[in-house]
Amino acid sequence: MDTSKAYHTWRKLKSLAMSGASFGCALLAIAPLGFVLFYLIKAGAGSLDWRFFTHLPTPVGEVGGGMANAIVGTLVLLGLASLIGVPVGVLGGIYLAEYGAERVNWWIRFGADILNGVPSIVWGIVAYTLVVIPMKGFSAYAGGVALGFMMIPLITRTTEEVLLLVPNGYREAALALGIPRWKMIIRIVAKTALKGIITGVLLAQARIAGETAPLLFTAFGNRFWTHNLKDPIAALPLQIFTYAISPYDDWHRQAWAGALVLILMILFVNIGVRALTRGKLSGVGR
Amino acid sequence: MTSAAVSELSVEGKVRLAPPSRVFDRAFKWLTLGMALSVAVLMILVGIGLYHGSRLALDKFGLHFLATSTWDPVREEFGALPFIFGTVASSLIALIIAVPLGVGTAVYLTELAPPRLRQPIVTVVEMLAAVPSVIFGLWGIFVMIPWLRAHLFPWLQKCLGFLPLFQGPIYGVSMLAAGIVIAIMILPIITSVSREILRSVPDLQREAAYGLGATHWEVTRIAVLSYAKRGLFGAVILGLGRALGETMAVTMVIGNRPEIAASLFAPGYSLASVIANEFAEATTDLYLSALFEIGLVLFAVTIVTNILAQLLIVTMAGPKTSRAVQ
Repeated sequence: MDTSKAYHTWRKLKSLAMSGASFGCALLAIAPLGFVLFYLIKAGAGSLDWRFFTHLPTPVGEVGGGMANAIVGTLVLLGLASLIGVPVGVLGGIYLAEYGAERVNWWIRFGADILNGVPSIVWGIVAYTLVVIPMKGFSAYAGGVALGFMMIPLITRTTEEVLLLVPNGYREAALALGIPRWKMIIRIVAKTALKGIITGVLLAQARIAGETAPLLFTAFGNRFWTHNLKDPIAALPLQIFTYAISPYDDWHRQAWAGALVLILMILFVNIGVRALTRGKLSGVGR
Repeated sequence: MTSAAVSELSVEGKVRLAPPSRVFDRAFKWLTLGMALSVAVLMILVGIGLYHGSRLALDKFGLHFLATSTWDPVREEFGALPFIFGTVASSLIALIIAVPLGVGTAVYLTELAPPRLRQPIVTVVEMLAAVPSVIFGLWGIFVMIPWLRAHLFPWLQKCLGFLPLFQGPIYGVSMLAAGIVIAIMILPIITSVSREILRSVPDLQREAAYGLGATHWEVTRIAVLSYAKRGLFGAVILGLGRALGETMAVTMVIGNRPEIAASLFAPGYSLASVIANEFAEATTDLYLSALFEIGLVLFAVTIVTNILAQLLIVTMAGPKTSRAVQ
């Protein structure tokens, strides 16, 4: 009797210990975000000033300057990427939700999920082969293509997801009125789900805005304004990378400031979208 | 007069009754199908592009490329072994750290956490996933590495210095540093997929175990974890896939030296980092081709791991879970 009681206590203790351990895991899992944000704010906020947003980088050795061209460059690249990623992704998502047979859909979804796992640097190589070699030089176009390809599977999946939330009654009602199917899809289904589609696009943009690897040998970076999209263009993540591995203190300072701006942009979109959709689209941020 | 009006009406009626735009309907369907298939096209495009680009190196080195450890752009001798070693070693370190943490967090979230705490923790973990690689790299260089160099590494060396893993000079930039950064970066995906998997375990399982008088931990171990084994394995493989392809943060902390060392404190190099560092500067065709071949290796390995992971997860928890995987 005594031993069984001792065993019972032991089991309870063990259970308590494991519960404590899993709580510890959860604490450790949320700690890194805190650490990273803390240092970003600590090191970045002091370096953020008006010049950072309005000036070009200064030549090596000169203190000051900003990342205006990199911020604009990132926006330009996002725009170019969206030109590829949004139409292809949204129409692909429409096919999955509205037309596809179960089998075909399974394969396409599977393919999209696999593509999501392809390392971003590989997309850089693809864009290099498709754009940089034929155009004989690094360009904003090449960077846009690399990022655009990355957007396609992301947007395809979210679009499908939100279209499936539209009640079937809407479709049936529209078809019963004699509206052709394509018009029904665009005017009724897509319009109803428009907010969700835009949300998906924004999240995909937030995801690729921080990508550096695919831009290294496509957009390449530029210390000046880019007036022609056939020329190399600066991007915020690229600039952060270049500055972070440089030996200059002033550049390190600016790398932190750039990182703070970048993370604020990304978290702003992520948190905003989450607040608006209340977790309907959770997990698309990455 | 009236008959003319009637006939006009009937003509109009006919026009209306005819299916208005079959052509558009069909065109739209094919258009969307084409866009959906772009996913497959992209996959083939990547494969062909990488193969095409690496033909020169494939012809010259063949499979030896994977087993040779010289990387000498000047004499044009290329072997990927140090990079393969670096990628595999750093990813394994990352898994060793991230898997218990991720699965543990998922267990806490599904089995123990009070409902009020769940959503905030999930949100924080998802936000961690949104932080770009380059920012982890920056943080790694200026915050983590100095700390590792001053505190963790000397301490490890003091306690475990008898193992070859923890011997040798401490530079800070190292295989272990890369492993830790990758662990942080794959933690969110392992956590969120594990959580989906654990949530898909039927409550009946748990109730049955509680009914037999099991404690919290016994329920988790016997009824939940062993039931979810396959799916959790899928989550781990998925994390591995991400770890293998992680580029910027690794490039910034691994040290970028193409050597194979026993010590975790020694600098290394990875497949993705060598592409990131040398691709734009590859001066000769063969050099560039060798980098393409490294890309091909990376692509093939990540495709295989991802297919395996998706299959494990989908068969375990149904197609819905894979959506949380992005």
